Amino acid sequence: MAPGSAAAPAAVGGSRTSAAVRRVAGKLGGLLLTLFLASLLVFFSRFLVPGDPVRFLLRGREPSAEAVAAVTAQYGLDLPPWQQYLNWVGGILHGDFGRSLQYRQDVTIVIAERLPVTLLLVVMAGSIIAVVGLSLGTVAALNRGRALDRLTLIALTTLGAIPSFVGSIVLIAVFAVQLGWFPSFGSGDGFLDTVYHLVLPSIALALVFIVLIGKVTRSAMVEQLRREHVEVATSRGLARALVVRRHVLRNALGPIITVSGILVAGLFVASSIVEAAFGLSGIGSLLVQSVDRLDFPVVQAIVLLVVTVFVVVNAVVDLLEPWIDPRSTAGDSAR
Amino acid sequence: MTSTPTLAIGVLRSPRTPRPGIVVLASVLVLGAFALAAVFAPFLAPYDPHAVDFSAIYASPTLAHPLGTDGLGRDTLSRMIYGARTALIAPLIVVFASTVLGILLGLVAGWRGGWLDAALGRLFDLVFAFPALLLAIMAVALFGKGLVAPVIAMIIAYVPYVARLTRSLVAAERSRPYVSAYRVQGFGGAWIALRRVLPNVTPVVGAQSTLNFGYVLAELAALSFLGLGVQPPTADWGAMINESQAGLLGGHFLPAIVPAVAVVIVVVAVNIIGEALSDRIGGGMPA
Repeated sequence: MAPGSAAAPAAVGGSRTSAAVRRVAGKLGGLLLTLFLASLLVFFSRFLVPGDPVRFLLRGREPSAEAVAAVTAQYGLDLPPWQQYLNWVGGILHGDFGRSLQYRQDVTIVIAERLPVTLLLVVMAGSIIAVVGLSLGTVAALNRGRALDRLTLIALTTLGAIPSFVGSIVLIAVFAVQLGWFPSFGSGDGFLDTVYHLVLPSIALALVFIVLIGKVTRSAMVEQLRREHVEVATSRGLARALVVRRHVLRNALGPIITVSGILVAGLFVASSIVEAAFGLSGIGSLLVQSVDRLDFPVVQAIVLLVVTVFVVVNAVVDLLEPWIDPRSTAGDSAR
Repeated sequence: MTSTPTLAIGVLRSPRTPRPGIVVLASVLVLGAFALAAVFAPFLAPYDPHAVDFSAIYASPTLAHPLGTDGLGRDTLSRMIYGARTALIAPLIVVFASTVLGILLGLVAGWRGGWLDAALGRLFDLVFAFPALLLAIMAVALFGKGLVAPVIAMIIAYVPYVARLTRSLVAAERSRPYVSAYRVQGFGGAWIALRRVLPNVTPVVGAQSTLNFGYVLAELAALSFLGLGVQPPTADWGAMINESQAGLLGGHFLPAIVPAVAVVIVVVAVNIIGEALSDRIGGGMPA
C-alpha cells in the first residue's frame, strides 16, 4: 500500500540491506503522504463551513472593522486558498502554528506550556497499561482454560467497558471526595506533586486501554505456548520462568507492540476527557476549551499534532517489527 | 497491504470470554429494557426531566425520587430514562450508516481491485489517522455544538473499519469457485457482486459492526460530558455527568453515578450481544 512499493520491485536481486533500505524508504514515503493528506484535511476543513472565513474565525466575537482587517491580514484570508495553505504549512515546518485568537499569543507557546502535563499523564497511564495489561495477559495465558483465565478475561472485559469519563468520576467520588487520599483538581506544583496529582487521572485514562494489551498479550502468548520450541525448551529442563520470559513473551512481543502503537493516539485523545474531569491544564483540555471558545487555529494545531504522533508512532512500530520479530519480514515478502 | 488497526481489532476480538447463554439472554433483556425506556419515556418517567424543584435539591433516594435528585431538584430516574433516547439512537444511526457505507466501499474495493482499491486504501489510511473522538471534536469546532456534526464525523471515522473487513472478505470470495461458475454462465460482474457475494459477506460484517455500538455510545457520551455534544438542560447521560461534576465534589454522587452506570451497563450488554452474534455467525477476521 505504501506508495514507494510501486518502485521497489524494480531493483532485482538486491541484498538484504538494500531490501531494508527500500522498505524504510517506502514506509517513509507512506508516512509523508499520509501526513500531507492529513494537513490538507485539517486546513481545508475550514472551507467546508459556508460563509465568510473572517466571520468564521471571529464567531462569537463582535469584530470592529479594524479587527476584521487585522485578522484578514494576519491569517492572509484575502490570498487564494492554496497560498494560505502553503503559508500555514510553511509556518508549521518552522514551528509556527499561527496566533491563538483566545490567548493573543503564538499557538506554539500556548501548546508548549501545556504539553508537559499531558505527556506525563500519557506516560503514567502508559506504564499502568503496560504493567497491568501484560501481567493480566500473562496470568490468563499461563492458566488458559482454567478458572483464573476466565476470571482474568471477565476482569479485562469489565475494565474495557469503563469509559474514561466514568472512570474519572468514580475515582473522584471514591478516592478524592470520600477517602480524601488524592486531590480531585489541578496538576500541582513541582514534579513529585504533579505526579501525585496525576495518579487518579492516569488510572482513569488507563482503565479502558488495559483490555487491549491484556487480550493481545494473552492470545499472542497462547499461540507461542503451543509452539514446538517452547516444548523443546521445557523438555530440556529449563526453569518455567525462563521459558516464559525467553521463549514465550519474547516471541509474543510483535503483536503487543503493534497494538501499543495504536494505543498512543487513543491516549492523547482520551486525555482530553480526563484533563477536563480533573481540571488539568494539558493540551487535551486546551483542545476542548479552544473548541468551546471558537479558537480554531489552536484546534487545527492540536488535531494535526495528535494525528502526526499517531502516524509517526505507527510508522516506527512498523519499522521496528522485523527487528523485534524477524519472521514478519519473511511474511512480507511472501505476501 | 498492512492494516494495523484492523489487525488489532481482529486480535482483540479473537479470544472470546466464555459466556453461557444466560449471560447473553440477560444482556438482551437489559438492552431491551433500555430501548423500551427510551421509546416509552413519557409514560415511564415519573417526572418531567426538566422540572426544577428547589425544595428537593440533592434529595436522597426516597419513594418519591427512587434515584434522588440533582442540584436543581430534577428527578435523576426520569432524566436517566429520557437520556436513554440520545444514548441509543445516535450510536444506532452511526453504526447503521457506517456499516452500509463501509460494505459498499469495501465491496467496490475488493471486487474491482486495481487503482480503485489502492485509492480507497489510501483514503482509509488517512481516516484511520484521525481517532473517532478527535474527528468528532473537530466537527464540533467547525459546525458547532450538538449531535449532528459529531454523528456525521463518527460515521466517517467508522466506515474504514467496516470497509477493510468487507474488502478482505470480498477479495476471498472472488476467487471461490461459485463466482467463476456464475461468470461462465454469463452473469455480469456487478450482478454477481451484488446478488451473490454481498449476501455472503453481509452477516459477518454486520455482526462485527454491532461491536462498534458500544465504542460509539461511549465516545458520544464523552463528547457530551466535555460539553461539546448534547447541551444542558437536555437529559443526556454524558451531559448529566457534566452538569453533576460540581455536586460530585460536594459529595452528591448519585446524579453523576447513575448515568455513568447506565453507560457501562449498556456498553457491556451490547458487547456481550455483539460477541455472541459474531461467534454464532462464525465471522471474525478471515485468515
